[in-house]
Amino acid sequence: MAVAQEDARPEGRSSSPFWTIARRDSLTGFLFIAPQLIGIVVFVLIPLGLVFWYSLHEWNVLANTFTYTGAQNYRMLMEDESLLEVLGATAIFSAGLVIFNLSLALLLAVLLNQKLAGIAIFRTLFFSPVVVSLVAWTIVWSFLLQKNGGINGMLLTFGIEGPNWLREETTAMISVIVVQVFKNVGLNMILFLAALQGVPKELYEAARIDGAPAFKQFRRITLPLISPTILLTSIITIVGSLQVFAQIAVLTQGGPGLSTTVLVYYLYQQAFQFHFFGYGSTLSILLFAIVAILTFAQWQMRKRIVFYES
Amino acid sequence: MRADISPRAKVALYGVMCVLLIPFVFPTWWMVTSSIKPISDIFAFPPQLVPQSYDWTTYSKVFELQPFVRQYWNSAYIAAVVTIGTMIISSMAGYAFARIRFPYANAIFMIVLLGLLIPSEVTIVPLFQMFLKAGMVNTHWPLILVPIFGAPSVFATFVMRQFFVTLPAELEEAARVDGLGRFKIFTRIALPLAKPALASVAIFTFLHSWNLFLEPIVFLSSAEMFTLPQALTQYTDAYGGPMWNIQLAAATLTALPVLIVFIIAQKQFVEGLAHTGLKG
Repeated sequence: MAVAQEDARPEGRSSSPFWTIARRDSLTGFLFIAPQLIGIVVFVLIPLGLVFWYSLHEWNVLANTFTYTGAQNYRMLMEDESLLEVLGATAIFSAGLVIFNLSLALLLAVLLNQKLAGIAIFRTLFFSPVVVSLVAWTIVWSFLLQKNGGINGMLLTFGIEGPNWLREETTAMISVIVVQVFKNVGLNMILFLAALQGVPKELYEAARIDGAPAFKQFRRITLPLISPTILLTSIITIVGSLQVFAQIAVLTQGGPGLSTTVLVYYLYQQAFQFHFFGYGSTLSILLFAIVAILTFAQWQMRKRIVFYES
Repeated sequence: MRADISPRAKVALYGVMCVLLIPFVFPTWWMVTSSIKPISDIFAFPPQLVPQSYDWTTYSKVFELQPFVRQYWNSAYIAAVVTIGTMIISSMAGYAFARIRFPYANAIFMIVLLGLLIPSEVTIVPLFQMFLKAGMVNTHWPLILVPIFGAPSVFATFVMRQFFVTLPAELEEAARVDGLGRFKIFTRIALPLAKPALASVAIFTFLHSWNLFLEPIVFLSSAEMFTLPQALTQYTDAYGGPMWNIQLAAATLTALPVLIVFIIAQKQFVEGLAHTGLKG
């Protein structure tokens, strides 16, 4: 409201020369960003400071004590044998997810980039799981993956006895990865498709005249030209993979054992099921450090491997 | 890559795509069809790809066991408020970062971008404590305030900024000559042009809020306050095992409306997402 009144004043020779166009613009700029900036301070930066502060304390919710213990939670972090397993599961989950997601997204984008009648229908169908409610999608897969569920039923009609997918370590991990990839691969697929359509067709013409085979065209022309998109999608996907919670909670509850307990799920258990808020905060700091390091590393890689036209 | 394709290759391509489609399409089909099968048929062997008989009473149980209408309303109104709020906050901030010169603009932009590095999972413990002190646990405030003002909206601001940066400067100069101030330039010129970017921000934000799971289970404790994702997992028997047919019916009621809207509006939907300055 204040902004509207500000702008309603006549331009130029106003009675108060203090309010030059530049000054007014600055004020408007501040007012425009103020809600977002205040929000970031209140809901991100202050909580980040608090989470660090909490991580230096032993916090017993039941006894209502909050004692400063310095680096003790961090030493606990080093000695926590479960955490090693959790980090291993997190690494396998994230790596598997990113590799499977990006390669399937690229394959689908290349297929959808062909001149075929009815291709738009395929695009819609491949994309559709993105808009299906996440927990609904996970519940159906959980139903399908039961020992006597739909997938093993299909396999049995071909005479194959399927495993108890969600109750064995290896198949449980594969299941949570696959369910998550099919849910969201459509997003990366669309980004890749847009990138593929941005590659100038003349380049392929020239390559064809030179007699370069299709796979070589793909490696030498397509991949370098869409590498900025590959970098962007891999950052988004890796950071996203570290936030996966609902799928684990619904499909495996982190089991069997700790085999699918990823860091976010472990954090949730420690803080909100066992009420170890101090140690939960230390795990939050660890999660933050991992996200920050991975993002920074990928951003650095951009200089080496990503091709920019200008 | 886009040479003319021989008929044989075409058949092969269609075949490959149809096989690849199975894990994308079949789960939804299985969810809908299983939800109307009688309980005795849902684990039948061989699997019934098309239901042999129907049992609609499952759907009435969805509403008997939990205040499902109330939970549906909770999810819908929260998603609506969050979507509209984020569109307002992020378009204003995105516009200012892209088009207005003000002191420390770059430094402030960097601070805001930090939100991308700090997913709300990292700050869930202190956020819970803050909302506990404010008396807002078991209310919808955390699910509304944090997404609109906190980390999730930063991505929206980034998308809006990337869009506004591409607007030609001449448009605004012409508007200034006509005597329009900043606020009017923003509402009358920049915003109407930003419809595609706003649409994709709306879609992202809606889906994010609609799918939120960790935050509801941390902040909400009574069934009348639950949102849909949380409610779906509550259809369990006395031993904590899922009541599959009822879960699937509730899941169908949750998933189908959004899916239908998507299929009707899919062109704008998909193209909106592809053209948001996200192209690297």
